[in-house]
Amino acid sequence: MKKEIRIGGFGGQGVILSGVIIGKAAALFDRKNSIQSQSYGPEARGGASKSEVIISDEEINYPKIQNPDVLVAISHEALLKYHTDLKRNGILIVDPDLAHMSEISEFIEKNEIKVYQAKVTKIATEEIGLRIVANIVMIGVITKITNIISVDSAKKAIIDTVPKGTEEKNIKAFDAGYNLDFN
Amino acid sequence: MTKELFIQGNQACSMGAIEAGCRFFAGYPITPSTEIAEDLAISLPKVGGSFIQMEDELSAIGAIIGASWSGLKSMTATSGPGFSLMQENIGFAHMSETPIVIVNVQRGSPSTGQPTMTGQGDMMQARWGSHGDYEPIAISPSSVQEFFDFTVKGFNLSEKYRVPVILLADEIVGHMRERVLIPDKTEIFKRVAPYENSSDFLPFKADENGTSPMPAFGDGYKVHITGLTHGELGYPSSSPDDHSNLVRRLTNKTLKNRKDIVSVDLKYCDDADIVLISYGSPVRSIIETVKLAREEGIKIGYLKINTIWPFPEEEIAKLNCDDIFVVELNLGQIVYEVERVVKSNANVHLIGEIGGRLPKPTDILDKIKDLV
Amino acid sequence: MTDHKNKNPFIKYFRQDRLPTIFCSGCGIGITVNSFLKGFESTDLDFDSLALVSGIGCSSRVPGYIKCDSLHTSHGRALSFATGLKVGNPDLNVVVFTGDGDAASIGGNHLIHAARRNINLIVICINNSIYGMTGGQISPTSPKGSLATTAPYGSIDTPFNLIDLVTAAGASYVSRWTTAHPLQLSRSIKTAFNNKGFSFVEVVSQCPTYYGRRNNLKTPIAMIKMFKENTVNKKKADTLSDDELLGKIIVGEFVNKQRYEFSEQIEELTYKKTEKKPIRKSAY
Repeated sequence: MKKEIRIGGFGGQGVILSGVIIGKAAALFDRKNSIQSQSYGPEARGGASKSEVIISDEEINYPKIQNPDVLVAISHEALLKYHTDLKRNGILIVDPDLAHMSEISEFIEKNEIKVYQAKVTKIATEEIGLRIVANIVMIGVITKITNIISVDSAKKAIIDTVPKGTEEKNIKAFDAGYNLDFN
Repeated sequence: MTKELFIQGNQACSMGAIEAGCRFFAGYPITPSTEIAEDLAISLPKVGGSFIQMEDELSAIGAIIGASWSGLKSMTATSGPGFSLMQENIGFAHMSETPIVIVNVQRGSPSTGQPTMTGQGDMMQARWGSHGDYEPIAISPSSVQEFFDFTVKGFNLSEKYRVPVILLADEIVGHMRERVLIPDKTEIFKRVAPYENSSDFLPFKADENGTSPMPAFGDGYKVHITGLTHGELGYPSSSPDDHSNLVRRLTNKTLKNRKDIVSVDLKYCDDADIVLISYGSPVRSIIETVKLAREEGIKIGYLKINTIWPFPEEEIAKLNCDDIFVVELNLGQIVYEVERVVKSNANVHLIGEIGGRLPKPTDILDKIKDLV
Repeated sequence: MTDHKNKNPFIKYFRQDRLPTIFCSGCGIGITVNSFLKGFESTDLDFDSLALVSGIGCSSRVPGYIKCDSLHTSHGRALSFATGLKVGNPDLNVVVFTGDGDAASIGGNHLIHAARRNINLIVICINNSIYGMTGGQISPTSPKGSLATTAPYGSIDTPFNLIDLVTAAGASYVSRWTTAHPLQLSRSIKTAFNNKGFSFVEVVSQCPTYYGRRNNLKTPIAMIKMFKENTVNKKKADTLSDDELLGKIIVGEFVNKQRYEFSEQIEELTYKKTEKKPIRKSAY
């Protein structure tokens, strides 16, 4: 099994960190192989930014994503910029308060993309009381929908990565995302 | 206990430096190497070391040479434009036989180029960038793990032969994250001090390695270190023989210890009609290409160059194949070295990619099929 | 030749197997080095702790003649090497010998940043207003109108005032003397050794070979005489107008004010993080 995940948003949303946590969950706790990389430079400070993760049971040589299986968009600009090479039948997860799919509906239809909507920013703000954990809510959503990483490993990776003292809030954020119902 | 981490190449490099005993870093911020400086700014004070952000790259390399003579293992990290500024004193480090490690996380070039994108345009600059005859040691990591391991190796070689060692990384290896094993014990080469009670110590007289023990300032040896041509005592000399002897000895330190320094990895080359050669991040592409091609029954292998300089001449000359493809992120640099070495024994082709993209394995395979 | 009466009292500090020096007769470097050694002797510092660093130029050849650890580096970069050496081992007493071209032209950036850091070392800048080693070209301190091979019609540049430069940059001890003031110079060097911070001692010096010959000061004596006649002490200069000071060399101590020192700050940070003093010479 080899899966490619791209998470896109704008600078400051914690897009890079969510990729790091997913990569870490796979590499250190699920005992798979993973590589995380990101777009760098001016883009990481405003504008569209992305974090990409490849997860595989086998050794990963080529470190760059070629056709993502999963695209996560938490900004409209990122959705427009990064959706074009999404795999046929691929998964698209968006925060509908920040990214509007109407503009790419033709692409979605043509490529039979499976679309999931998760209001992660609203959940983070209203349920957790911390807008900045929207990225962690999204990790919960990704874990639930894709099954690419295990819940246990995701939580371990979150605890291993977030600042000391914020673990509880972040786990709560993960659970809030994981417990959303997509059926 | 061995530690497992999921970190960036640049972080692995800074951890490798600490592991190797680096206790002094001077640098100047430059993308895409800055994380190395940022990381060492945090970790060096915690292990009794010193970190300085200098005013430019000219002074960064000056400071690490000075610190090396104070008795500390020292390092700087930079990228293309900063590496250009360091060339002058890379020559000084060779001439004065000062162990230092210089990390160049390469980016798109020339000039300011593509600060946030990858490239391998500085391969020949690492070889010839400073003026005059010298034989550098340069190594290229192709994974986060290798960035750690090769940083340790770089320090060891630098200390052993008293030469500056250049780590020729690139943006992809510097910025991607992978699982890394940090061993709990690493083989570290300690700097060799002059034997005690040797009042007639000659700081620039060669031993069997071609180098000599290195005293630290303040040890009482009262050495004179100069970039001028000097004799065994270190005093400036205008004798043609002294110059010839010195520069030949300096270059031979690297050349005569080639066997100890050079490292390559070969796979599937025994029966191969075609061999792919690469170094740094595009190694990842050629390994995948070989996998794809072997599945199709094409007899193909790869040679991964770990030590760029001195160039692995013997290892490449030994290849017994019809065609060699050199994959590099420039418009052709190492390919000419390969041509020089294989002579007319094989057709040498270049797959040179610039712009910041890593060549895709399928594209490489298509090019091979087109040409062969 | 070896007349005991004329023997230099500081000869024991020299690498005698390297003598004679390459300096021209009448060069101001000799007076400066004697004053330096006299100043050093009057401190209670251990000669073994002395490390001399230099760049390129006539003055940068000084460390090669003194029997101590010495680092003769590349043009303009001495202060960056010295910074690494001092931070690497703060027990060393680091002195940089430099000239006007080395310090203020090619090495100007390193000079102001070393002063800004107030790193504990001494810069002795032998300012002869000319590039001597390369045969008499204009320097960043050459007076307007002075002649040099690259200013055959007279210098049109405005010279640097090095004292103002390093003072503005933050040096904690700043003085200027000429080679006509060897005693004051040696006292100043003693003060500099005792200053825990960046000390800048400018020595206005004669280059009879390249500066004097072209600028109507044909002998070393004529040059030193000129220094004597044109020198104004700082205290007096403070009372004079700019017009009255035109063409004068202001000498004296300009700054002597302690402040945070760089290498100590780095050591303190290490101490805070490890509760141990940094390990010296850990490469071995």
